[in-house]
Amino acid sequence: MIPHSAIFNQAKDRSFELDPAMAPNEDYHDILDRLEREGEWVVHRVPRPWVEEKNKYGRIKKIPVEKTWHHKSCGQCGHIPGYSTSVFWLNRKLGLDYLDPTDQTSCTAWNYYASATSNAAAQAAVAMRNFAAAYETGYFPIIHCATSFGHYKETREQLIHNPELRRQVREILGKLGKQLIMPEEIVHYSEWVHSVRERIAEKNVVDMSGLRATVHPACHYHKLIGEDAIYAPEVYGAQRSAIITGLLQALGMDVRDYSTWYDCCGFGFRHILVSRDFSRSFAVQRKIEVMKEEADPHVLITHDTGCVTTLDQSQFAAKAHGKNVGLPVMSDSQLAALSMGAHPYMVLQLHWHSTDVKPLLEKLGIDHKQKWAEFEAACAKLESGEKQYLTWEDAYA
Amino acid sequence: MPTLDLSGRNYRDVPYEQKERLFEEVKADMRFDDYLHGCYDCGICVAACPSARFYDFSPRKIAQTVSREDVDLFYLFLNDSVWDCSQCFSCDVCPRKNSPGGLITLMREVAVKNGLASAQEALEGYGRVVYKIMATGTQVSPDMLQDNAFPDWGPHVKDISKNLETWRRALPPETLHTTETSWQVDDKTITELYLIWHMTGVMDMIKEVDEGLFMILQDVMEERLEEAGYDDISFD
Ligand code: SF4
Ligand code: SF4
Repeated sequence: MIPHSAIFNQAKDRSFELDPAMAPNEDYHDILDRLEREGEWVVHRVPRPWVEEKNKYGRIKKIPVEKTWHHKSCGQCGHIPGYSTSVFWLNRKLGLDYLDPTDQTSCTAWNYYASATSNAAAQAAVAMRNFAAAYETGYFPIIHCATSFGHYKETREQLIHNPELRRQVREILGKLGKQLIMPEEIVHYSEWVHSVRERIAEKNVVDMSGLRATVHPACHYHKLIGEDAIYAPEVYGAQRSAIITGLLQALGMDVRDYSTWYDCCGFGFRHILVSRDFSRSFAVQRKIEVMKEEADPHVLITHDTGCVTTLDQSQFAAKAHGKNVGLPVMSDSQLAALSMGAHPYMVLQLHWHSTDVKPLLEKLGIDHKQKWAEFEAACAKLESGEKQYLTWEDAYA
Repeated sequence: MPTLDLSGRNYRDVPYEQKERLFEEVKADMRFDDYLHGCYDCGICVAACPSARFYDFSPRKIAQTVSREDVDLFYLFLNDSVWDCSQCFSCDVCPRKNSPGGLITLMREVAVKNGLASAQEALEGYGRVVYKIMATGTQVSPDMLQDNAFPDWGPHVKDISKNLETWRRALPPETLHTTETSWQVDDKTITELYLIWHMTGVMDMIKEVDEGLFMILQDVMEERLEEAGYDDISFD
């Protein structure tokens, strides 16, 4: 075992300036504006108020604070519903206006990267239909899934570079009665969490400062069209993306480094569904075991549908093989909500997770037995017919 | 780790013209020139690649092969390698600004469009997911969490499937009370999605790899579109 301190405690996080003049490409903002002037599309502007962050090349990226249109994730809403619930809960607790639309489809990219049963025009049309639907409501899209985020950035690049694709997609949207709308920024919800992290920290009610954490950033967040990812001098000296880590630092947590930080989680899109031996092996051997051996964390915080799924669900089978596993996994939104006093079952919905979170809750002084009893009592009311649904009021209990 | 047979003997009987036609299809994709700018053969993509650690798989070999237009080797990778890729795009770190993962996406698309047996085999057991995304607008729905489908994920999967209906109603966001879709999607939205599939020829690809799935989807979509007033639309 290589102890964390031996490898990483020496880092002084020397900061290099993010200088837009050194950027290797033309600023996409300028291209979007130019194409708008040429009548190719309408740019959906980030509503005020926004927070100005810096992207990988030091260019300003505007992150909307409210009036956000939540582009949900199939994997989060379907299999880890406390993930999206926590995003909404944070907005409500911070008193911010948002919209949870039903005129939204999946980006369909999980399927595309798994099966290739689609093509560039279809993928772009699906993206632009969702963007047009957001524009029609006056709310600005914020993307919950890193793969949707990555795929939409990729789609933006393709539309920028291919006039024929723009023409084709504009024609398709025209038949649906929609305009071609391109958001000024493609925003991931973790960027929003990052930009409101001080507000989250101000409302902190559960002391997180005793927690050691490791972070896994999603490949499709910072590698696939990496330019849009947020970097900050105060986080890793702007040498790695700042999201998640910035939040944990604001909450006073001990964020620990490990040598495979850059590695993928092993999700694989098709692999997690039909070739899970690969996903399990990679997640456990290249991520979980390395983190445990080098950093000894209490919790792993990540921020994507696939990453939470793979890193959490892969540990059960590995335990049977005597692997060094047993590390709770949750999203940054769930952790932020927990720090602000959210209910671990009504809001975080931790019973949908595979790894055991009870020791973590105990360490934080949260009585999980009582919380579970409250959740079960609420479910009993649903089963008896006394109530049809639980509401946000129930979640504040 | 099973070793990739690079000798070419497995595909010796496939006519060169056929391999070349598929290669030209990949090259004709509008994204091709953005994904490949030649290759230094440096292997940086391999260092970043998760699939290369567990399979006899190499984004470098694929980028080299496509750059050098080695049509025989291309055909071999098209059948025996592309489905190992995790589509994580870690290889976008390429110093030559290539996207080997993107190239692989294009190769997979061509394999599907042409109904290659290897593509059909790779997608075996995957039809339910394709059905979900194309027919309902969301992909991995809550009702897919069955313990026989995910036995390796742990006992909580059984608890979820047993309590699914109640636990979904216990979710505070109103849009998440669904079990067959990940969230509630408007009828109008689904109609628009079907129109997109129709206008972009995606269903023709499904037909090539899974005729049975195509027929089921066709029924569902044509019926819905007819109800929405689009009675002249056919996926045939
Ligand atoms: S996209 Fe494929 S080839 Fe590229 S790094 Fe990921 S697994 Fe490897
Ligand atoms: S594709 Fe890029 S990273 Fe990979 S070997 Fe070629 S030049 Fe190097």
